[in-house]
Amino acid sequence: MNIFLQQIVNGLVQGSVYALVALGYTMVYGILGLINFAHGEVVMVGAMLSLTALGVLLGWDVSPLLALPISVVIAMIGCMALGYSIERVAYRPLRHAPRLAPLITAIGISILLQNLAMMIWGRGYHPFPILFENSLHTFAGAIINDIQIAIILLALIIMTGLMWVVNHTRLGRSMRAVAENQHAAQLMGVDINRVISITFMLGSALAAIAGLMVSANYGLAHYYMGFLLGLKAFTAAVLGGIGNLRGAMLGGLLLGLIESLGAGYIGDLTGGFLGSNYQDVFAFFVLIAVLVFRPSGLLGERIAERA
Amino acid sequence: MSRRSLRDSLRFGLLATLLREFYTMNFFTKHNSRLLFWLMLAALVLLPFVTDALLGRGWVRIVDFAMLYIMLALGLNIVVGYAGLLDLGYIAFFAVGAYCYALTGSPHLAAAFPTVFPEGIHLPFFIVLPLAALVAGGFGVLLGAPTLRLRGDYLAIVTLGFGEIIRIFMNNLNAPINLTNGPQGISRIDPITIVGVSLNSTQSLFGITLPSVHLYFYLFLTCTAVVVFISHRLERSRIGRAWMAIREDEVAATAMGLNTRNLKLLAFAMGAMFGGVSGTLFAGFQGFVSPESFSLMESIMVLCMVVLGGMGNISGVILGGILLALLPEILRHSVVPIQQSLFGKTLIDPESLRMLLFGFALIAVMLYRPAGLWPSRLRKRELQSDETAETV
Repeated sequence: MNIFLQQIVNGLVQGSVYALVALGYTMVYGILGLINFAHGEVVMVGAMLSLTALGVLLGWDVSPLLALPISVVIAMIGCMALGYSIERVAYRPLRHAPRLAPLITAIGISILLQNLAMMIWGRGYHPFPILFENSLHTFAGAIINDIQIAIILLALIIMTGLMWVVNHTRLGRSMRAVAENQHAAQLMGVDINRVISITFMLGSALAAIAGLMVSANYGLAHYYMGFLLGLKAFTAAVLGGIGNLRGAMLGGLLLGLIESLGAGYIGDLTGGFLGSNYQDVFAFFVLIAVLVFRPSGLLGERIAERA
Repeated sequence: MSRRSLRDSLRFGLLATLLREFYTMNFFTKHNSRLLFWLMLAALVLLPFVTDALLGRGWVRIVDFAMLYIMLALGLNIVVGYAGLLDLGYIAFFAVGAYCYALTGSPHLAAAFPTVFPEGIHLPFFIVLPLAALVAGGFGVLLGAPTLRLRGDYLAIVTLGFGEIIRIFMNNLNAPINLTNGPQGISRIDPITIVGVSLNSTQSLFGITLPSVHLYFYLFLTCTAVVVFISHRLERSRIGRAWMAIREDEVAATAMGLNTRNLKLLAFAMGAMFGGVSGTLFAGFQGFVSPESFSLMESIMVLCMVVLGGMGNISGVILGGILLALLPEILRHSVVPIQQSLFGKTLIDPESLRMLLFGFALIAVMLYRPAGLWPSRLRKRELQSDETAETV
């Protein structure tokens, strides 16, 4: 088994999930110039909702082939409603408030969601049910399973779809217009509030899918999973250049690769001083490094000054 | 105007004046509140005895912890309240302070370096305290330097990450060299000793017995008073005013010739130092530290104290600190029995209820009372009393 290739495969799988979540951060940032802290929790809620729906459907003897898409749709609808309400409750009333205010409400939402999830779904781990036979494939010395292939493919399809929506539809054009200049967009007849709401809902739908992917990949979900995932996805968005969709995808994949390769080789690099239990530290150092050396990210054009 | 309504309005005016005097009282400043200040000091000195007599010794301990939280909240207030920088990993500096004392004031390092420190390191408290403050401040500068040039949001995320990273390191630095003893934490930390008197023992002074928790209370009270004093002086100083200018409008502040980067860095380092001092006291008081005490939720709790009480207002922050430090204890004693009697079982445990309340509080305060509980109430009463004064 080729360890290097294996780590690349793992990194790509993880990176696709990061990319999906990072898209949610970057879309909201592009339009509102605001970090949606609660986004990681939306991912968690998506995972939990889809797992619950799956469990119920499987209990009714619905075939897994049908149960999976239905539960994804349920999770997406749930998360879209959640994303919409978060924007309405925590961000819209504070759109013209000092910058600190929406950040603090976002933290509040995030704690609220985490604890509500803990009350509803408990503190324990929820296993992902085995729906299909998850066969393993050997590919040039690296092992990849069906779920991982599905994750990478699905992520690619969704990202392509999103790019199409943003670049080629009327909605996408108004999103870009609002991101460019809110007031000008409003004068041109764009309903800003609607566009912002839809952006939140789109990001949340992606988050729901990402949540399902994470829980399928690791085989479990729990109420605390959103926090670290959100932090890393944000790092991915910054790495790619926050506000830039392509950047979020690139950043997500790169961060996934950096993390898995780093965790795989850190032991050798430091002579056994640090082990793979420091995996979660990489994202943080990547974040700091990007902020120091290239704050606009890999594909970002500019970084707005605080004003 | 009838005689009766005149008397009523006079009486009400007097009450309003009293209330106004009470609510506009600032520490150390107003002459006519000097009496109140001495009264409060006396009340504070008597507090551990009263608590001990009324509620039991366990509550004195809780009050001690409340003092630590107030110190933390005041430290964070410099960062969030004065300079307007959102620090979401503030507890990390508390952790740095606590581990500084844990490493330099316990036999722990004897196991890792038996030849260099056969007994471990046992530095006296008065050396560790400034040391820990410096180390924590240094961490603050390290963390702030790359992020403070950028927009405030980045600082929030980086500090959030830093809080987690510190915990990961504390959890994992037990191999290959056992520095932090991993998740088990470091125990047998030296009790704080002041001029040869160990605070971990019962002392008697002028025939009054002072148990250990009382002694720690007076130490914490002194430290809190120093922190309040420094905060208060900073608030009115050139630096403090500069911080507030940055908070209100950074571009304008830069245009006025302020070196915003250095000033923000200073605020960040200063807040981190207070956190470090508080952490040192915590380690000495507990005699034990473990990564568990420094979770993200603790950072959020301190942030809640500052936001709820009133960002940038010392009295408000103290109020927030007292409220939120006592809240878990009150919940623990009320939530479970109430639920037991209503439903016959515990549906919501006090811990998650507390976090839910924090979440609600953060959102509600930002939406409806962005200035926090204290200043807005003050303003409201002032307005009300002015109205009644006009009708006379």
